[in-house]
Amino acid sequence: MEKTNRMPKITLTVVMFLLGIVFLLPFIWMLSASFKPEIDVFKYPIEWIPKNWQVYKNYNEVWFGEHPFATYYWNSIKVSVLTTLLSLVVSSMAAYAFSHVNFKGRNLLFVIVLMTFMIPTHAILVPQFLIFRWLNLFDSHLGLILVGSFSALGTFMLRQFFMGIHKDYLDAARIDGAGQYTLFTSIAIPLVRPALATYAILRFIWTWNDYTNPLIFLRSRHLETIQIGIQKFASESGVYYSLIMAGAVSAILPLIIIFMVGQKQVMEGIALGGVKG
Amino acid sequence: MKKEKEENLAGYLFVSPMMIGLLVLTIIPTIITFILSFTEWSFIADLDRMKFVGFRNFTKLLDDPVFTTSFKNNLFLLLVVPVQIMIALVFAVIIDKYVYFKSLFKIVFFMPYISSIVAVAIVFQLLFQPSYGPINQALRAIGVADPPKWLADLHYALPSVMLILVWVGIGFCLVIYMAALQAIPKDLYESAEIDGAGASTKFWRITFPLVSPTTFFLLVTGLIASFKSFDIIKVLTSGGPSYSTSVVTYYLYTTAFDNLKTGYASSMALFLFGCVMLITIVQLYGQKKWVNY
Repeated sequence: MEKTNRMPKITLTVVMFLLGIVFLLPFIWMLSASFKPEIDVFKYPIEWIPKNWQVYKNYNEVWFGEHPFATYYWNSIKVSVLTTLLSLVVSSMAAYAFSHVNFKGRNLLFVIVLMTFMIPTHAILVPQFLIFRWLNLFDSHLGLILVGSFSALGTFMLRQFFMGIHKDYLDAARIDGAGQYTLFTSIAIPLVRPALATYAILRFIWTWNDYTNPLIFLRSRHLETIQIGIQKFASESGVYYSLIMAGAVSAILPLIIIFMVGQKQVMEGIALGGVKG
Repeated sequence: MKKEKEENLAGYLFVSPMMIGLLVLTIIPTIITFILSFTEWSFIADLDRMKFVGFRNFTKLLDDPVFTTSFKNNLFLLLVVPVQIMIALVFAVIIDKYVYFKSLFKIVFFMPYISSIVAVAIVFQLLFQPSYGPINQALRAIGVADPPKWLADLHYALPSVMLILVWVGIGFCLVIYMAALQAIPKDLYESAEIDGAGASTKFWRITFPLVSPTTFFLLVTGLIASFKSFDIIKVLTSGGPSYSTSVVTYYLYTTAFDNLKTGYASSMALFLFGCVMLITIVQLYGQKKWVNY
């Protein structure tokens, strides 16, 4: 470490840059394989930049071939968007009440919310499955959306942000005769809008990447989301590795785009809440 | 008073959707898991076929070689957490102070974390392919005559999974460490430099103790998350070869949904719950003792 101090910043930047490339090699390999004809995928030395390109044929086959990637995509978009919206509404309402409404039993209820935090999701999959069958929510997108929307995590995270609103803001409006509903919608919500965006992006990413819930709560092929779809595609199309890689790229790409756009929010949200999906 | 009543009503209305959701989707299921773990039942059978068997499921667990293997694998997977944290801390310190394009590096190392674990698992299946996968081809090219079969090998499968988990998790720890490093006052380093402290002294005497709350937080959340790893096992190895990568969540899943032993699976769920609780309790008591602010 003594030496690194004197080493120019540039050298370390180059070293870290090389490390970063090594770190990303699996992604680069995936992308490159998805652009190649099948026989070139396992060629050695690895053709990082394909000699023969077969982009259109691969992706066309994945998207419009036997496996309905367009349907998987649509299902994932639908479930992720609706889960994010519902979760935003429910979590922000609860978070607001837990931070700025003085009602009886508030602390007790909040402790209960925190306690549900500790329950590992896999430990309650079976009863959730049973309840969904009784409520006729099994094998429906609605069920999947509900499972993703009621998380203690969202309440907890957004509460932190609502706590940041100074009481004086709300009290001033209260003196003017505003009720809690008005305070919530026209004062609190606009003030935490950036935080809501952060949470929305995180929730979208987590729902998009969710594999366990669709695996348990869906049966019908036409309802399957992208994570289930790509896994089936990989296990059923056997040796068509270039196609499988094109499918993997398709599953990751929307997230990379969202992450690039909302990069600052995601990083801040992760760092602030210190949260894990 | 009317005001107070209004406030109460508003509060209940605001929290009721979340509370009802948590009640139906989390709290009641937890109670059901608890009850089911003392029964012998399959969910395809009628409710009146349910038989209470006391602690028999739990004694059976201890004699079940697949379960003990799965749990042992879970304990091995815990090793991923400290390794991941150490690498992340070193990277975070370097990126924070000693390189240009900080935010670019943050993005690079964060990429695996936001990518879907299913896609990642599928890519690594090909990378680790024993005969013509790029990793083994490269190893052969540099003279390793008989490279390991990775995911297909009884002894290499679990370490391979661990390697992937480290790769996936570094970004999360890194981003949190970077935020923690920002909070360390700069003048601490400046006065240390005046006293002639080198980089390693500064790291061990200033950085390391001051980020210890973060380290502790990452350790606890990491250990808990490690007990919950399921997706990667299911997609990457399906617990194989011969249960060498099976974990409790995966065995729970196959017991409940393939073998349809609802009661037995619930006892595993309760066991899992116990593990997470244990870590949480150790955290609550240990926090004051081990973290120096």
